[in-house]
Amino acid sequence: MEEIKLMKGNEAVAEAAIRAGVDAYFGYPITPQSEIIEYLMTEEPYKRTGMVVLQAESELAAINMVYGAAACGKKVMTSSSSPGLSLKQEGLSYIAGSELPCLIVDVVRGGPGLGTIQPSQADYFQMVKGGGHGDYKLIVLAPSTVQEMADFVELGFELAFKYRNPALILSDGVIGQMMEKVVLPPQKERLTDEEVDKLYGSWATTGKKKGRERNIITSLELKPERQEAHNHHLQNKYKKIAENEIRFETFNCEDAEYLLVAYGSSARICQKTVQLAREKGIKAGLLRPITLWPYPSKAINKLADQVKGILAVEMSAGQMVEDVKLAVNGKVKVEHYGRFGGMVHSPDEVLEALETKIIGG
Amino acid sequence: MAENILTPEEIIKRGELVFKKTKLMTDANLSYCPGCGHGVAHRITMEVIEELGLEEKTIGIAPVGCSVLAYEFMNVDMQEAAHGRAPAVATGIKRVYPDKTVFTYQGDGDLAAIGTAETLHACNRGENITIIFINNGIYGMTGGQMAPTTLPGMKSSTSPYGRDIEMMGHPLKITELIAMLPGTAYVTRQAVHKPALVRKAKKAIKKAFELQQENKGTTFVEIVSNCNSGWKMTPVESNEWLDKNMLEYYPLGDIKG
Repeated sequence: MEEIKLMKGNEAVAEAAIRAGVDAYFGYPITPQSEIIEYLMTEEPYKRTGMVVLQAESELAAINMVYGAAACGKKVMTSSSSPGLSLKQEGLSYIAGSELPCLIVDVVRGGPGLGTIQPSQADYFQMVKGGGHGDYKLIVLAPSTVQEMADFVELGFELAFKYRNPALILSDGVIGQMMEKVVLPPQKERLTDEEVDKLYGSWATTGKKKGRERNIITSLELKPERQEAHNHHLQNKYKKIAENEIRFETFNCEDAEYLLVAYGSSARICQKTVQLAREKGIKAGLLRPITLWPYPSKAINKLADQVKGILAVEMSAGQMVEDVKLAVNGKVKVEHYGRFGGMVHSPDEVLEALETKIIGG
Repeated sequence: MAENILTPEEIIKRGELVFKKTKLMTDANLSYCPGCGHGVAHRITMEVIEELGLEEKTIGIAPVGCSVLAYEFMNVDMQEAAHGRAPAVATGIKRVYPDKTVFTYQGDGDLAAIGTAETLHACNRGENITIIFINNGIYGMTGGQMAPTTLPGMKSSTSPYGRDIEMMGHPLKITELIAMLPGTAYVTRQAVHKPALVRKAKKAIKKAFELQQENKGTTFVEIVSNCNSGWKMTPVESNEWLDKNMLEYYPLGDIKG
């Protein structure tokens, strides 16, 4: 049954996971996302749906538990925050190379190093551009509401299984910690092995049944010609994802003369900035990428024909702005603005940056 | 030369067949050096799985090291893990498939150096998995570097003057450590360089897989093995050296259960 609740973003992810029929969650505590595993342990989903919840000895172990269970064709997820994701990068590269569907949640905090437990968007490079070794891509979804934290669990798994590719929810400490109204989906049944086989093909290691060849999950290929062919296969898959799965939304862009590009909690802040700008007579609009990979480059490029300048707003020293610049390809001025290291910019600060860096700049 | 080699069918026809390879070993050429113990350890592991009728419910995990390609040889569903992470991977599998049989096959560098945390914690949780641990005191695949289990004074490419305990620390008796953990049901050390020892090792592996079927906790079989290439010896010399030196530091027998 659908249910309306007031929840933290972290709790919404956890509850949505149970309701999505997830088979297993493996995690390790880290602020600001520990509520995810705490909620799951308290809810005892193993009693509700049979879902496994396990606290691993490290992020390394957690992501490799995900590898093992995902290679069995199960719906498996983990979550962490920035330093934990640095540790998970090894596993993510193996998971991407072995083409295992799974869901990872990153509730980003400020860095580098131990950094701070306050919100940040400085994981864009490590999560969107790779971070682990080799040429691979994660499907990256960026929620800007608690509702999207919940909704993207199901969407993430849908995309992950459709393409046999890891999907990631790139959230931040603001979305993870704040409470909002959330509409929770009705409970879905967990899939049986037979249903997984029928829906996604029998590639998983489930025990070699009579009548089928044994299944091997590996990212190793010692012959370079074959490893290159495997890489071509991956790149073709990524091309298909890029053609079909770009998601974004626009806000007041129809007549915009100035464009803000922001995702996640920065996009929430920028909505207010657009409103403040319009009150001052500045025709500002906002494009919010929902998928950070694949990135809505074409949409931004098209808007670059219409606007006089673009401000990329993110809680980092300037990471996503590189993708905006690539999309715009020199058509108009692109600048970056953002507080970082755990600080969150205000709508007024963004407006001031728009006025000084783009309009007056 | 070549035309004198009999096919298995011809041998069977002559009635001279004295040994048959388990169908759970593939026909792929083993990538191990002639004289190495890995081939025997592979074979007896897969024989046990066949004899216990576990073929259709077994999922194995290959490590990083010489046996990185174990999935090419072991004819069951297999996963290849990152270096040292096999026990975590096995945990993930066993937790979603408590009724399947799950085993890891790992070397000393994989299990007792980079994967120490994963090994200890999987055993401490008492995951119902079987760990086959090949200890040859060296990193074979990367060309003979020092392992956590390299003996004092033993030469390797990163201890070219012999392992200096003051500088490089002591060889790790991880199997004794594992035996202390309440999560383990059966911990044993075996070897495969003599026929009688092969039979004993196979019995131990069988016991380990049987206990797994009874959900008794983690079962752990160390096999002290040789690395004639890495030790820079002939196969015979390496087996003699193993007997004299390795077994003194790593004595054979059941440690627990």
